[in-house]
Amino acid sequence: MNTTWEVLFPKLVENLWITLYMVSLTLLIAGVLGLLLGLALYTTRPNGILQNRAVFAILNVVVNIVRPIPFIILISALLPVTRAVVGTHIGTNAAIFVMIVAATFYIGRIVEQNLVAIDPGVIEAVRAAGARPGRIILSVLIPEALGPLILGYTFVVIGIVDMSALAGIIGGRGIGDFALVNGYNVFRWDVTLVATAVIIILVQGVQFLGNWLARKALRY
Amino acid sequence: MSAIIEFSQVTKSFQSKGAPITALDGIDLSIEAGEIFGIIGYSGAGKSTLVRLINGLETATSGRIVVDGVEITALKERDLPPVRSRIGMIFQQFNLLRSRTIAGNVEFPLKVAGWPKAKRRERVAELLDFVGLLSRAYDHPEQLSGGQKQRVGIARALAVSPSVLLADEATSALDPETTQDVLELLKRTNREFGVTIVVITHEMDVIRSIADRVAVLDHGRLVETGTTFDVFAEPKADATKKFLKTVMRNRPDAATLAQLQREHPGRLVTAQVRDVAAFGDALEAANERGARGRIVFGGFERLQGQELGSVTLSFSGEDAAVQDAIDRLGAAARLEEVHA
Repeated sequence: MNTTWEVLFPKLVENLWITLYMVSLTLLIAGVLGLLLGLALYTTRPNGILQNRAVFAILNVVVNIVRPIPFIILISALLPVTRAVVGTHIGTNAAIFVMIVAATFYIGRIVEQNLVAIDPGVIEAVRAAGARPGRIILSVLIPEALGPLILGYTFVVIGIVDMSALAGIIGGRGIGDFALVNGYNVFRWDVTLVATAVIIILVQGVQFLGNWLARKALRY
Repeated sequence: MSAIIEFSQVTKSFQSKGAPITALDGIDLSIEAGEIFGIIGYSGAGKSTLVRLINGLETATSGRIVVDGVEITALKERDLPPVRSRIGMIFQQFNLLRSRTIAGNVEFPLKVAGWPKAKRRERVAELLDFVGLLSRAYDHPEQLSGGQKQRVGIARALAVSPSVLLADEATSALDPETTQDVLELLKRTNREFGVTIVVITHEMDVIRSIADRVAVLDHGRLVETGTTFDVFAEPKADATKKFLKTVMRNRPDAATLAQLQREHPGRLVTAQVRDVAAFGDALEAANERGARGRIVFGGFERLQGQELGSVTLSFSGEDAAVQDAIDRLGAAARLEEVHA
């Protein structure tokens, strides 16, 4: 029962790496997909630079359906899809797949919200200068909203860390699983505390980095 | 001179909560190459919509618009960008990109137009020098004052040497002094580069300062068009008269007239004077014939290099002499007698 820290510590480190792997891969892939989704939502909305009633309506409905599903339910609801895409419905990679799906829709909304805050006058000015939608997206929308986007992504990372803690449910492992298996289940309060501390440090680090980058982008 | 912007029977309506709202109705307008053309109207008169039809930011519901030989109303959205890049535009809120430096903002239309980097740099320096902000090239928009931001806006709008510059309430967010600076810069732009400038405003002072010709927009219709001098001297539409009240300080209002009448018994007339010499001669002749005319209110100003005045006179003396004086003045200026 009383596993020593000599045994637990390497496990903690290994699980920390798994968490980092799950979070960063999710952030990378869902970050790009969510950005595209957010841009699509923003540009196709009424009076958007690529306004398209049908596309906007479909995207909007899909996002509204997927986003409120609690992550733990999404894990089981996506089971056949996960199996089809990843080849298995258990393990770290299966967990990452579900995390990517959830995070993409989450990021999509956050990106859209930050883009909506851009002064429409600025977009009108660049349209008046002859810019086409592609250029407006790349050299106006993203740079103008960069500061808030960085803060939005930082916020999302913390949500992804939260999701990764649930990955243990399908054998995804990671810090959350470590705390559950080696702490909670065996009444090792100290192990849970250490795992909590590691998560806090990780989140603080991400938040600090995000704030710093956003400040640079916003020039405060 | 030939028309560079032409509207024929242009109408624009919006769908608002199911009901169509007519923003512009049957607009016929012809703007000459090289002139500064003012469009004045109250907010909601449709002037912002009108100016956006020129570069296709808004599409007309019906009618035909030709700008610099291109029929804007025949183009689809994807064909409009190259046309827009030959039409500069400046805005009330300046609309600069805060993610870019001053130089970066001015460079933007050049990038859009595909200029190579070395040529872009040269052109940006030239433009910033023209607007007097070369030393601020690497600052960001938030470090500039309103007037400076609008100068950057002008430099950006002129980047690709457009033939037309649209100014949408370009000075409405600026204080009076800065407004004059920006208007001067626009005049200089017009003189030095021959750019046709379309100025949208709700301020008659702006029209007076820079417009060669003016059109008055009221509830989506053009109610009056003419040279700025003519419109100021002899406004015809009610909307124009209302606008002019705000800037014609030489004309007495009703309260002032009542007071003048109490102070000066005798006949009181207000003369709208366009020909100062003829007016002076008539007044002199009247005085020689025994009518005593005294100026009790009014003044002159210069508009487009011509005198324009409003003078209120009080006449006393023999009835016949006074009548003769008033007839003489009536031949030299537009006269209005003030009745008790």
